[in-house]
Amino acid sequence: MSEKLVIIGNGMAPGRMLEHLLEGAPDRYAVTIFNAEPRVNYDRIMLSPVLSGEKEFEEIVIHGDGWYIKHGITLYKGHRIVAIDRDARTVTSDHGVTESYDRLVIATGSVPFIIPVPGKGLPGVLSYRDLDDVNAMLLAAQSRAKAIVIGGGLLGLEAAAGLKERGMEVTVLHVMPTLMERQLDPAAGYLLQKAVEARGIKVMTRANTKAIVGNGKVEGVELMDGTTIPATLVVMAVGIRPNIALAKDAGLEVNRGIVVDDRMQTSDPAIMALGECAEVGGHVYGLVAPLYEMARVAAAGLTDGEDRRFVHSDTPTKLKVTGIDLYSLGDFADGDDREEIILRDASAGIYKRVVLQDNRIIGTVLFGETADGAWFNDLKKKATDISEMRDTLIFGQAFQGGASSDPLAAVAALADDAEICGCNGVGKGKITGAITGKGLTGLDDVRAHTKASASCGSCTGLVEQLLKLTLGEAYNPAALQPMCGCTSLGHDDVRRLIKAKGLKTIPAIMQELEWKTSCGCAKCRPALNYYLVCDWPDQYADDYQSRFINERVHANIQKDGTYSVVPRMWGGVTSAGELRAIADVVDKFRIPTVKVTGGQRIDMLGIRKEDLPAVWADLGKAGFVSGHAYAKGLRTVKTCVGSDWCRFGTQDSTGLGIRIEKFMWGSWTPAKVKMAVSGCPRNCAEATCKDVGVVCVDSGYEIHFAGAAGLDIKGTEVLGLVKTEDEALEVIVALVQMYREQARYLERIYKWAKRVGTAEIKKQVLDDVEKRRAYFERFVFSQKFAQVDPWSERVSGKDKHEFRPLASVGFAEAAE
Amino acid sequence: MTWTSIGSLCDIPRRGARCVATPQGKIAVFRTADDQVFAIEDHCPHKGGPLSQGIVHGAAVTCPLHNWVISLETGRALGADEGSVRTIPVRIEGERLFIALDALASKAA
Repeated sequence: MSEKLVIIGNGMAPGRMLEHLLEGAPDRYAVTIFNAEPRVNYDRIMLSPVLSGEKEFEEIVIHGDGWYIKHGITLYKGHRIVAIDRDARTVTSDHGVTESYDRLVIATGSVPFIIPVPGKGLPGVLSYRDLDDVNAMLLAAQSRAKAIVIGGGLLGLEAAAGLKERGMEVTVLHVMPTLMERQLDPAAGYLLQKAVEARGIKVMTRANTKAIVGNGKVEGVELMDGTTIPATLVVMAVGIRPNIALAKDAGLEVNRGIVVDDRMQTSDPAIMALGECAEVGGHVYGLVAPLYEMARVAAAGLTDGEDRRFVHSDTPTKLKVTGIDLYSLGDFADGDDREEIILRDASAGIYKRVVLQDNRIIGTVLFGETADGAWFNDLKKKATDISEMRDTLIFGQAFQGGASSDPLAAVAALADDAEICGCNGVGKGKITGAITGKGLTGLDDVRAHTKASASCGSCTGLVEQLLKLTLGEAYNPAALQPMCGCTSLGHDDVRRLIKAKGLKTIPAIMQELEWKTSCGCAKCRPALNYYLVCDWPDQYADDYQSRFINERVHANIQKDGTYSVVPRMWGGVTSAGELRAIADVVDKFRIPTVKVTGGQRIDMLGIRKEDLPAVWADLGKAGFVSGHAYAKGLRTVKTCVGSDWCRFGTQDSTGLGIRIEKFMWGSWTPAKVKMAVSGCPRNCAEATCKDVGVVCVDSGYEIHFAGAAGLDIKGTEVLGLVKTEDEALEVIVALVQMYREQARYLERIYKWAKRVGTAEIKKQVLDDVEKRRAYFERFVFSQKFAQVDPWSERVSGKDKHEFRPLASVGFAEAAE
Repeated sequence: MTWTSIGSLCDIPRRGARCVATPQGKIAVFRTADDQVFAIEDHCPHKGGPLSQGIVHGAAVTCPLHNWVISLETGRALGADEGSVRTIPVRIEGERLFIALDALASKAA
């Protein structure tokens, strides 16, 4: 029978220990985990990107539910262990579950330190520790009000940056004179403060909190000097304390943490401890690399495998705030027996300092340019004598031995045992070995096989270079298709970041997302313009210079540079008056071709650009508005005559088509949207090859979508059957709004649906009535700004310059 | 060289273009995001598309018909495409714009 292993805590350290254990001795233990957090194991260091909106929670899950099931592990989510009975070898949870163990692992992590000031318990005071804290902050951020972060260390600054990204006005209070003083010297601390302030975050150093004030909820923070700063959210990020209460109650030896030997063994031979709660050799740890090393040691101990011992080593610190590059390692205090080499480049915002003792690196602080961090770390670890390269040391590896500044060459020059991934302690040789040995071809493979770049991700660039180096031409980085040559981001990332960072203009997107060109190109600008129109309908001013000519002049350009004009005929229904007006326009402007379109409209072709406003003026007098035949937007709703005339018609298909068209015209969409409503399953309006179609039946309205009859031919999929016309309209509008918000520019509904999946779309716009309503309302709101006839606007003089030459010159001389 | 006044800078939208009609055909006058002004024939070397109607990015324009990208500085097609249009000298004096039409006429002759 297998032994019983019980683990208290389900953070990153025990999660990693389990992975090693399952590799080494998969069947030895029956494993039970008690997790006080009501969820699976996730990458806690990636909470900051979740807070700032750069990642979703699902992306940072390490072990999903399936993993526990697959390995036969019992996971109690939301169970806090309240007692350990060491004599009986049992643990008991707050929900009354008692489990016996042969071996017990305590991994209770740490608790945030709450400074003991009045008001610390007020609603609105949060710590920054787990997903619940992040969710609470996100909720508070919706108010876009003022936030105070107490603590200018790693966590505090990441929290501040995240809250700022989410639209809050943020002040950081730090009790010391410079930020992150434990990791940075004052010079780098100063540069960091400037970089943080440049993001619009206020920083107050030497700020000593006296009390948190408020009546029933947080209203501000009072400082020792008497000033009070207003805020509705206060985040305390002043440090963590090992969570040792449970171990202490159980009579285990504790100091700052739970005391363990270098094999993670506590004072009770049946009990181990690891992670942030453990104290080994007088040290407690908070960064992931030593915690993962503890996991390795503990797993070895549990399998009686190799005799692995924990050895202390310095871990570099990096800040996970996009756009601020910072690296700190080791000891950088001044001293008589120490020398330092410093490089400052004020204009580029670069500061580098290397601290030497006996010609060996003992500490490094890099700000603004951190690419050489791994190299300095390697020199420090190996205690390399640097006297030979002393003069050029600070310029980095590229300047040594005449090596080129090509980053690929720099990586190639690294020794095989040079550390690439600090979090997981993976060296270069292990990565290149896995690439060749296991035939790996991409970043995800390397992450899966070696764990390199799988935690904080800051070594991703190095790993990619190793892939390139090892595979040469065969390396095809990422299936991700960038939007265009101006960026390496794909459409989905850009859309997500526009929302997450609250980017509301094209220049803001290009600045924040680091566009490689000054003003984009003909591919990205129309896409960005659409995303902004869609996401901020009331705030964004449409940039006509970023629209394709057809949408700029509201007509379709033809091969000879003339235009075609299609007036809207609601549901394809017209009248003698309308036809007469069209005939008159055709005569007056000598329009060469008049044609009936596939979408039941009349197209007038061959109109000179200069004549467009006059043509529209005449059509407008007859009641016509633009048919948007040129737009990535709602084009036409084709109908059959339905129950009004047809002996087979089951519902008023013409009426519904007109209603949909009148509701939805003017809306911009990622690609054109064509619809149809058929009055019976004979389907004379051909609704089953449209982007959205309705087939009326006796019992109601069958809603179809994701058809195509162009480059691709594809029958629609059935979204579902609804009983009333009102419901049909609401579902269709919600579907289109979901498509508007999610699809990539120029992606038709059928392609988007293939990516997202019919089931998911059905769930959101048909089954989930609340969500459907929310989509519907967002569409209605956006229509307030979109449903304006562009033709009458131009007849009234808008964009006059578009339709006139700047000048006519040279004709007089030619006539002479 | 004769400089002919064609209007002022503010008549052309940034990242946009206007046309000047001449006996030799249309000239497209572009204004970039950073207020440089260029004039080229309004006739794409590919299929004659009206370049003045394209999207302006950097110092280039993308033809509205088949997405050729033409350099406003040299008149040459960029990327893999080959071909060029004539460029016309432009002078900006204060806000006023002038083009040297005779350059076009002499070349046309």
